[in-house]
Amino acid sequence: MAGETVLEVQGLHVDIPVASGVLHPVRDVSFQVRRGETLCLVGESGCGKSMTSLALMDLLPRAAVRRATTLRFLGEDLAQASRSRINALRGDRMAMIFQEPMTALNPAYTIGEQLIEHYRHHRGASPADARSRAVALLEKVGIASAAKRLGQYPHQLSGGLRQRVMIAMALMCGPELLIADEPSTALDVTIQAQILRLLADLQQELGIAMVLITHDLGVVARIADRVAVMYAGEVVEEGPATEIFATPQHPYTVGLLSCIPVPGHTPPGGKLGTIPGVVPSLVGDLQGCSFRDRCAHAQPGCSRTIPLRESQAGQQWRCVLSPEAEAAW
Amino acid sequence: MSAQLPAAVVLPELEAVPAAPAAWRQLLRNKALAVGGGMLLLLIVLAILAPVVAPYDPYVQDLANRTVPPVWYEQGAWLHPLGTDQLGRDYLSRLIYGARISLLIGLSVALISGLIGTTMGMLAGYFGGRTDMAVSFLVTTRLSMPVILVALATVALVGGSLWVVILVLGLLKWDRFAVVMRSATQQVRALEYVAAAQAAGASTARIVLTEVLPNVLPHLIVIATLEAASAILLEASLSFLGLGVQPPLPSWGLMISEAKAYMFFSFWLIAIPGTALALLIFAINLAGDGLHQVFMPHERS
Repeated sequence: MAGETVLEVQGLHVDIPVASGVLHPVRDVSFQVRRGETLCLVGESGCGKSMTSLALMDLLPRAAVRRATTLRFLGEDLAQASRSRINALRGDRMAMIFQEPMTALNPAYTIGEQLIEHYRHHRGASPADARSRAVALLEKVGIASAAKRLGQYPHQLSGGLRQRVMIAMALMCGPELLIADEPSTALDVTIQAQILRLLADLQQELGIAMVLITHDLGVVARIADRVAVMYAGEVVEEGPATEIFATPQHPYTVGLLSCIPVPGHTPPGGKLGTIPGVVPSLVGDLQGCSFRDRCAHAQPGCSRTIPLRESQAGQQWRCVLSPEAEAAW
Repeated sequence: MSAQLPAAVVLPELEAVPAAPAAWRQLLRNKALAVGGGMLLLLIVLAILAPVVAPYDPYVQDLANRTVPPVWYEQGAWLHPLGTDQLGRDYLSRLIYGARISLLIGLSVALISGLIGTTMGMLAGYFGGRTDMAVSFLVTTRLSMPVILVALATVALVGGSLWVVILVLGLLKWDRFAVVMRSATQQVRALEYVAAAQAAGASTARIVLTEVLPNVLPHLIVIATLEAASAILLEASLSFLGLGVQPPLPSWGLMISEAKAYMFFSFWLIAIPGTALALLIFAINLAGDGLHQVFMPHERS
């Protein structure tokens, strides 16, 4: 899996001025994604997953300010790139799949027009070439009678089909990086599985780097190579998926994993794990571990700067507890 | 290319893409649109074909045959089906030529004000923030001035003519376009396909013109019809007050104004252009309502 690094993020911050101060939805987030690798960003609602993905694509709301020590895509510094350079990269080298397939397609155009438009815009291809590529990709994402679908409007397709069209659209220019922001959340469960399987297969086949944002740990377990667990705007734990699931180090990750029912292990009628308390407000100056108010192992040291710990297997986490102390629970 | 992919989702049958004739049938199924549109179409055809359809030159005076009543009066004759006016000009011909002026006013004012209002509204709705504040300020400023007063004052200063009326009304009537386009654009802007277009590398101009505009177009068309009707009425009012279209042009408002001295003896002189005006406004409003019903209730989602 050791391909070339496609995306490198170091110290990514997003600040949004609000009435009561400055909101910090993303704080000091760092990760990298290599070619052919899937990184899953997990965390509960409002933890900054989507903000991170929007920051990568430079799609943040107008008021938001993005800062980063390094934001490098294929060796190119995105923070320094001009608007037109960003526009040339977006859709061509980096693509995004949105959460809501019902609104992510423009109702005024046919599927074909939308698939072809950006490909021709970026590649200057002829209509016939663009069309045949659109048909090929629609077939690739598993849409039957693709050529006929090109003439249909989004409202004539089901949610699952639309999400397949969105995936085909993202792949039109053959991107190096695919950011998928909860691509299956708006779909029903059987379709969710199909879409995720499709994404995983395509990612394997085309060898692209993928950042998948989700709050579904079941999804993560199936398709992630690496996992970054986000809490309150920070990555609290990051590492290879197998390590994270086998030996979660951060109390939040442990809490998250205990919330999932495991067939065969969780007794019927038994209670699932919960994490007490609510996510803290992210407005103003934030110090120390933001999970300390909900953590069973909180101690006075938690309000100071938290050390970044690292394991042999490449797992990183932010906690005052030493691995030995944690092993004792 | 040989990797295992999930089997294609097979639907029982492909939904047919509505062909053009079916779309027309759907438009015509709306009665308001069919009736209003039909009346409007008839008027437009009459106006365009005025030189062919009108029995007389609308400017030729025949002082021997003044205020001849229409054919349904005892003294009326088929020579002048709608009679003649106080200068002996054939009233039917003047009415037909007058339709040209009314339609021209309606269309050009809707175009000019639509262009101004849509540009301002879409900029405000798309960019928000300071742009929105500036546009909202302009709109409220404009709304605080009564159109008819400003139009009267301007025309009185500059002097009335058809083009002055069109320009003044066009520059005054953009407020509703701006208000509606602003809120419609705000709604569309928040939808994910706009973000998706950004993520696909489209420039702002491209997004506004090719992603947002087609989706706010139904609102635009509906307002354009209503504003056209209101502009026609305003022109008639201005002409009636003597500050709009100047004689001898056969504007309907002007015809009413010129005939007002005779209304107690030759009632038809004001009744006929008045009715024509009312019918035109009725037709436009009906068509606008119909378009509204066709476009708005089941916006494609």
